[in-house]
Amino acid sequence: MTATVPRPSRGRPALSALRDRVLKVAELITTPLLPADYLDLLDPLRSGAALRGRIEAVQHETRDAATVVIRPGRDWRPHAPGQYVRIGIDVDGVRLWRAYSITSVLGRPDGCFTITVKAIPDGKVSNHLVHRTRPGTVVQLDQATGEFVLPEQRPAKALFVTAGSGITPVMGILRNQVHEARSTSGMDVVVVHSAPTADDVIFGAELRALAAAGSIRLVERHTAAQGLLDGAALAELVPDLAERTTWACGPVGLLESLERHWEGEGIADRLHTERFRPRVLVTGEGGTVTFGRSGRTLDVDGATPILDAAEDAGLLMPSGCRMGICYGCVLPLREGAVRDLRNGEVTTAAPGDGVLVQTCISAAAGACDIDH
Amino acid sequence: MTVLQKKSDNPVAHLTPEDIEAIGFELDAIRQDVMDSRGEADADYIRRVIDVQRKLELGSRAVLLLSKFPPAWVLGTAGLSIAKILENMEIGHNILHGQWDWMRDPKIHSTTWEWDMASPAEQWKHSHNELHHTYTNVIGKDNDLGYGIMRVDEDQRWVPMYLLQPVWNFVNACFFEYGIAAYDLELGKNLATPERRNDPAFRARGKAVLKKIGKQMTKDYVVHPLLSGPSFLPTLAANFTANVVRNLWSHSVIMCGHFPEGVETFEKRSIDGETRGEWYLRQMLGSANISGSKAMHVMTGNLSHQVEHHLFPDLPSNRYGEIAPKVKDLFDKYGLRYHTAPLPQQVASAWHKVVRLSLPNGWLAETTPRNAPAQLAKLWKMTTGGPKVRRQLQSA
Repeated sequence: MTATVPRPSRGRPALSALRDRVLKVAELITTPLLPADYLDLLDPLRSGAALRGRIEAVQHETRDAATVVIRPGRDWRPHAPGQYVRIGIDVDGVRLWRAYSITSVLGRPDGCFTITVKAIPDGKVSNHLVHRTRPGTVVQLDQATGEFVLPEQRPAKALFVTAGSGITPVMGILRNQVHEARSTSGMDVVVVHSAPTADDVIFGAELRALAAAGSIRLVERHTAAQGLLDGAALAELVPDLAERTTWACGPVGLLESLERHWEGEGIADRLHTERFRPRVLVTGEGGTVTFGRSGRTLDVDGATPILDAAEDAGLLMPSGCRMGICYGCVLPLREGAVRDLRNGEVTTAAPGDGVLVQTCISAAAGACDIDH
Repeated sequence: MTVLQKKSDNPVAHLTPEDIEAIGFELDAIRQDVMDSRGEADADYIRRVIDVQRKLELGSRAVLLLSKFPPAWVLGTAGLSIAKILENMEIGHNILHGQWDWMRDPKIHSTTWEWDMASPAEQWKHSHNELHHTYTNVIGKDNDLGYGIMRVDEDQRWVPMYLLQPVWNFVNACFFEYGIAAYDLELGKNLATPERRNDPAFRARGKAVLKKIGKQMTKDYVVHPLLSGPSFLPTLAANFTANVVRNLWSHSVIMCGHFPEGVETFEKRSIDGETRGEWYLRQMLGSANISGSKAMHVMTGNLSHQVEHHLFPDLPSNRYGEIAPKVKDLFDKYGLRYHTAPLPQQVASAWHKVVRLSLPNGWLAETTPRNAPAQLAKLWKMTTGGPKVRRQLQSA
């Protein structure tokens, strides 16, 4: 087999070459800062800037949930319904990143998208977004991502099981795709939603309107009166669930109960789940974490992700989804042991190794040396 | 001045080891109060200062495009000088201390910041944060004391070369940023032997400094003057002036921090096994404040609160003023001298010390208008005579 090495393309688009040259000159003018540092003063949402968004409005949905309307920067790429976006927002002066499902319809005339946030007890970011955020606030964004989306080939029968704010990615799907899926492939949609009371149902009126119009079959489970939803209860509410492709989003307890039920039925491959936090199964013994390049040493307990501990100590860490999915936080473990908080698995590195570990779901399991 | 340990009137003689540890606990509590209350207002503060600084620099440089008109030259040069001072003092110095790392903003972080200075941030952080702040005012350990080119203590033997130290000090002040770069590189030590000169680590650092200086010079002395077209030379002169103004200012502020008369220095031996309380005490005795208006504090990067800064180098600078009264109360409570005075007074005091130590021990104090001729004759003999003559005359 012969391999041809691609020649450096001679015809680099003249425009981009020109742009590079202009940027080089601009850097000579602005050093030690970058031209972007000055341009950000004028337009933080411009094309070419780090991706940011501006909060345009905060609309209250229930007593503890609100929809936040965000105008994204020009480089924002349209999302697929069901996906989430990571948002970095300054709370009490500290930048915190969280992931939220996008709930808006695609192609809004105003160019904005929305997330819907439920304030959870002690939730720094969620309480800030729901109760204290003012329009005009600029937030940091990542491009939308996530696998919690309808497949190209729509299933004939779909079931969405949600609890609390777990309705948000599903609402993104319902608003955008339920009519299209019903009219083109006749998809039959059941939504089972669990919330403490009828008033706590986020998008309650809209869901009920969809049900009244016959677009979905809606089952509301009000847990204050009817108790928590689990796999067995669900099987009673939706007798044909084995025939359905199911998407579930909600608290860890619910998802685990569903996963057990689906596994028991032998149809685990027909269940898609979306989590916003890793489930912590096993905690370790903790240890001293040394960050080789920054020369910092921290004592970290066995239940705290190394990422959180390092950030609390003021280190600038790469981070991503914070639930062990996106690999945005991986760093080389040069020596020592870390424990995966989701399953207790221990990863060890001998001196000189560079085992890549996800710091967001790894806790120290003894002394470890991380290359950062 | 003499190192504290050799003083007959040791200012800490009245403190017991328990007192010193108690001071440490009280200071830890003051620090914790600020740590617990850092928040949005502080973050807004530093972002506002950065915003103002950038707009001031842009505006001043825009005005300098027309610098061949004298009013534009004056306005632009003044604005650029202030912008450069803000950038170095309240912004750069403090960000590089990690004072704003808690915000987790990668744009305002000690590991990512670069500043308008000859010395690259990485090298300065090492010599300043690690060496100067750890070994504050320890003779032979803290290179900030005289930057290795001056006589800073009576115990350093006087030689005639020191007569010129006021001149060195002034030249160093004018080109302070290069002095800092040379001193971060430990140029004197590292150029001394071929092994040191050829050490790859030293060469790499030297290269980084030259690259940084190259970029800085290209910006101030080539690109911006070129952009000014017919105002090429006036803009070049304006940028040079702004750099010198900034250098003189920061040199003065920094001299005021540790060099006025009455600020203590310490023996190398004295810091062996130093406790946290003792370290705090050394910072308290080895620093001096500048009193003044809010504008003065901002323009000095809050190094006007040098005492508070040295006690808590990583607290946000905008909070030093707020804790200063508590720190002063602690000085009073333990009978220590809280060193503070207006800028002109502190600068004069620091320069007095530079001049005093440039002369043989006691010479300046003993000299009066009446004995001046005899004193000058003695100085002449000491300057032209050998070490033996000097020793004899000194002890006479």
